[in-house]
Amino acid sequence: MYRYDEFDRAFVLSRVTQFRDQVARRLSGELDEDQFKPLRLQNGLYLQLHAYMLRVAVPYGTLSSRQLRKLAHIARRYDRGYGHITTRQNIQYNWPKLEDTPDILAELAEVEMHALQTSGNCIRNVTADPHAGAAADEISDSRVTAEIIRQWSSLHPEFAFLPRKFKIAVTGSPNDRAAVKVHDIGLRLHRNDAGDAGYEVIVGGGQGRTPRIGQIIRSFLPAEHLLSYLEAILRVYNRFGRRDNLFKARIKILLEAVGVEEFTRQVEEEWAHTRETAVDVPLEEVERITAYFAPPPFEDSPPPASLDALARDDAEFALWRKSNLRAHQRRGYTIVNVSLKPTGGIPGDITAEQMETVADLAERYSFAELRFTKEQNIVLPHVREADVPALWQALRQADLAAANIGLLTDIIACPGLDYCNLANARSIPVAQAIQQRFDSIKRVHEVGPLTLNISGCINACGHHHVANIGILGVDKKGQEFYQITLGGRADEHAAIGTIVGRGQSGEEVPDPGGSLVET
Amino acid sequence: MPHLKLLTANRLTDGVVVFLGADGDWQERLETLRPIREEETLAERELQAEADVAAQRVVGPYPIDVVEDDGDRLRPLRLREVIRAAGPTVRLDLGKQAEA
Amino acid sequence: MALIRDGKIVEDAWRHAEDAEALDHDGPLFAGLAHWRQHFGQLKSRNRPTGLRLESDEAPEDVEDLLAYVDAIALSFPKFTDGRAYSHARILRERYGFDREIRACGEILPDQVLLMTRCGFDTFELPEDAKAETYLRAFQAFGVFYQPATDNRPFAARLRRRQEEKAS
Repeated sequence: MYRYDEFDRAFVLSRVTQFRDQVARRLSGELDEDQFKPLRLQNGLYLQLHAYMLRVAVPYGTLSSRQLRKLAHIARRYDRGYGHITTRQNIQYNWPKLEDTPDILAELAEVEMHALQTSGNCIRNVTADPHAGAAADEISDSRVTAEIIRQWSSLHPEFAFLPRKFKIAVTGSPNDRAAVKVHDIGLRLHRNDAGDAGYEVIVGGGQGRTPRIGQIIRSFLPAEHLLSYLEAILRVYNRFGRRDNLFKARIKILLEAVGVEEFTRQVEEEWAHTRETAVDVPLEEVERITAYFAPPPFEDSPPPASLDALARDDAEFALWRKSNLRAHQRRGYTIVNVSLKPTGGIPGDITAEQMETVADLAERYSFAELRFTKEQNIVLPHVREADVPALWQALRQADLAAANIGLLTDIIACPGLDYCNLANARSIPVAQAIQQRFDSIKRVHEVGPLTLNISGCINACGHHHVANIGILGVDKKGQEFYQITLGGRADEHAAIGTIVGRGQSGEEVPDPGGSLVET
Repeated sequence: MPHLKLLTANRLTDGVVVFLGADGDWQERLETLRPIREEETLAERELQAEADVAAQRVVGPYPIDVVEDDGDRLRPLRLREVIRAAGPTVRLDLGKQAEA
Repeated sequence: MALIRDGKIVEDAWRHAEDAEALDHDGPLFAGLAHWRQHFGQLKSRNRPTGLRLESDEAPEDVEDLLAYVDAIALSFPKFTDGRAYSHARILRERYGFDREIRACGEILPDQVLLMTRCGFDTFELPEDAKAETYLRAFQAFGVFYQPATDNRPFAARLRRRQEEKAS
């Protein structure tokens, strides 16, 4: 994992001091809410339905057990004992006090974390493959790219007041687990015919009100030019993206208005200038960062035969092993996905106790490392296959062993009208009703891989556009209604779902949802 | 006015949902407050709310529709405001509903 | 009006021309692009400092021919959320090599002046009723930066390199 050096530490501490000063100015009245809002948003602080909400950045979803323990401590000390993992691999707290937020940021800084740029019209926390450095199908580790982008985008002086938010995702595997085609910029690491490393650059994807699949503007960007190329894209967007209409301000609208060819021409023209600057990271800095992501000290450990035996004897274990484990690069190791989607739970919510349990388990079984996923689950990336039975038992005791990763009940749901200021309808109760209708885990496994996502409004934080079955909450004269879309997907074959039928009321949704699954 | 009204906002320091009472204080619970029945009263209260915004007491005040239950207890008309006044419907142990 | 220059509050001698009559003003003056196009002869032969004021939707590329004649450029922020002038300042400095004053005017928050400095701005018109100390303090908010920009301040990757060279 990346570790802060003195420069990273000084930067984050400066940020804490700056935010403390901003909060003090707000409380004293020197800043009014209109002036404070963009500042607090750039630090992930929202005002939601019940209280403030603080979104903490988990850069590319990667964190250590020590950091997770700190998140548990914050949940207990400053919040109501839990946190919510978001669809951008971050974690948010629903009840912090404004006056406490500078202290929370100071605590986060102790473990090399912050809330910088988790909201606002700036470059947001970059996301990446949650199986990076572990996946058997990996070509190149997306965390290195993501860390380079994290540093470059942190308080970038030119791009702090963009027309709208800006999201970047990176994948290093052909099987895309980072949804790069539905981001403002998606980067796919690959090698050209000469064997050199580089990126396919995809621009203009996104969800929200105007869902779009991104378009390739460059099929091969040599790795060493990454930042100058990103700077060129961002400059074209900052200058020419629409600022007159909030709903037409994302880069996808600009790309569509001028056409992909003209947009690409503008970017390439700008790149001719930006590549002359010092922004591209020198090789030795790339090497310094890469070294942090060296593989942990794996042992040669042949896969035990006992797993098959246990799976034969224990049907529950067999199902969990089938759905929640993924192939690892190293023989004898596996990737374990920890589901935060038990039936009747709140998708993505995790209690302080569960955080501590997972931190313990990461220490015991996964080199103290873990990941948050955009599906609102947790990954233990490097587990010895021989340890899998013990890990499973421990997860079961903590109510963290739902055997449903990638299946129907692994529902992505935004907080919806239960928490969110923007929502039109509730999401969580709909997720719970569907889980209850499909309470037989055996049945869920028979249905097979299927994504079902729920958003409480058109902003689509619940990724409903890119689900096989998408559910969108709408407000119809003060009543909650739900619109269903079909055929979406978020992987390398990304597609936007198509709306089917008329809106359903909340009680009706599990039934058409159910019959769709049956057919 | 087609519906009775109350002014609501979030408290600046901790974000807690509050409602403006007839005595000019912001209260955490709305059930026993006196509703606004006249346009003129609403306009007066809105002026006071704006003054409280300027004085760093509350953020983002706006009027909501409320209805009187039997026994004159108030509740919000729309679901969004019901949830704001009570807490998340999926976590009955949190929010004001938990203190009832 | 007060102005921040070199980390100090100074009296601002400049005026912004509201209309064509104001072009007769006997002192340092910013004139808008339309005025520069219409009254080019008059403006270029003024014997007082004369500047160009660009709105946020006016591009540096369109004023390249004027740069030789202007003593300063004012980039306007109609709203503090309109971030276009950050790019414009960098282009003026880095692409066209403009080395005279670039000032920020309009709606400017204290928390923005450091970012503006990094993009090549060197003076800042203080909004009315602004608390000057808050603005001055904001220049010091960060001592470490992650990316190179117009101001040529050292940035993390370069500092790390230096440190390694020293160590070896």
